[in-house]
Amino acid sequence: MANNNKKRHFVQLLSSIAVNGNFKGFFNGRIYTGKTKKICVPILNCYSCPGALGACPIGSLQAVIGSIKYNISYYVLGFMSLIGVMFGRLVCGWLCPFGFIQDLLYKIPTKFKLTVSKKANNILKYLKYAVFIIFVLILPMTLRDQFGMSDPYFCKYICPAGTLEAGIPLTLLNKSLRSAIGFLFNWKVLLLITIVILSISVYRVFCRYICPLGAFYSLFNSISFYKIKVDKDKCINCNACTNNCKMNIEVYKKPNSAECIRCGDCIKSCPTGAIKSGIFIDNERFKTKKVNSYNAKLGKSSNS
Amino acid sequence: MKNIIRNIIFIASIGLIFFGGFRGEIGTVFNKAANICLECIGIG
Repeated sequence: MANNNKKRHFVQLLSSIAVNGNFKGFFNGRIYTGKTKKICVPILNCYSCPGALGACPIGSLQAVIGSIKYNISYYVLGFMSLIGVMFGRLVCGWLCPFGFIQDLLYKIPTKFKLTVSKKANNILKYLKYAVFIIFVLILPMTLRDQFGMSDPYFCKYICPAGTLEAGIPLTLLNKSLRSAIGFLFNWKVLLLITIVILSISVYRVFCRYICPLGAFYSLFNSISFYKIKVDKDKCINCNACTNNCKMNIEVYKKPNSAECIRCGDCIKSCPTGAIKSGIFIDNERFKTKKVNSYNAKLGKSSNS
Repeated sequence: MKNIIRNIIFIASIGLIFFGGFRGEIGTVFNKAANICLECIGIG
């Protein structure tokens, strides 16, 4: 499992560098203005980050909804649906820079690693859908100024990724921006600090309970091309997958749960190789090599 | 059934991207993304 996480963290690192490849922006305090900013990235990555090469889909969605000309963005919703239907929340587990930061924070050793109770988790998990519907859709659609424009309410009042990736670096690098710091900035920094501290104790607390992009992608987990499959013939109900899942999912019961970020820990932890992931795996027969070796260890015949 | 829904969403999402692009939404996205978003950084 450690190897899987190393591989995943390496992919997360590459992804974070790839979407924030305008390195000189981190020195001169200017954001990238090239044509790639027309294209959304599949993850929550603030377009005002000095390194950002693409557009954040959640920010873009609010920008189009809040503009004078449009009430909804077919371009961004189509893009998000395309990523969702292809991969589900795989991008949360493998590509998102803010998810990567939370993964690293959770590695900090502390006595206070909290497991959210099933009851609390079952309620809190709906919060991210409320954030998406209220802050990303309804408020930008309805609360408009006299010119017919509206603010990106999620970005303005909640998004900790924007504070970390854009707010802090830009205010450090620009004297004029630094002089404009007020209550809103302090509120966002406080929110970021809270999420950082919570992320040390609770695995992926932002992704699980707040992220509107994760909420949107989660709707596609059960139907996406990429999926996780449990071979019931191989499953020995040992619970290893569930015990190793940091998102508290009963993998053998619901492998494509809306909460699954597809990190792959369950796959690596399964002693019989009953869990697989991939695209078009619906009709694939899993190889029996791993289950045979496990049965051999138990002194059983694989044909019995 | 899931496969049918998946394929419909896949095709519809590509259609939506082109339709949004045709309406000129990409320009709005670019205008927002190529300028510092004061709200996003907690200033505006």
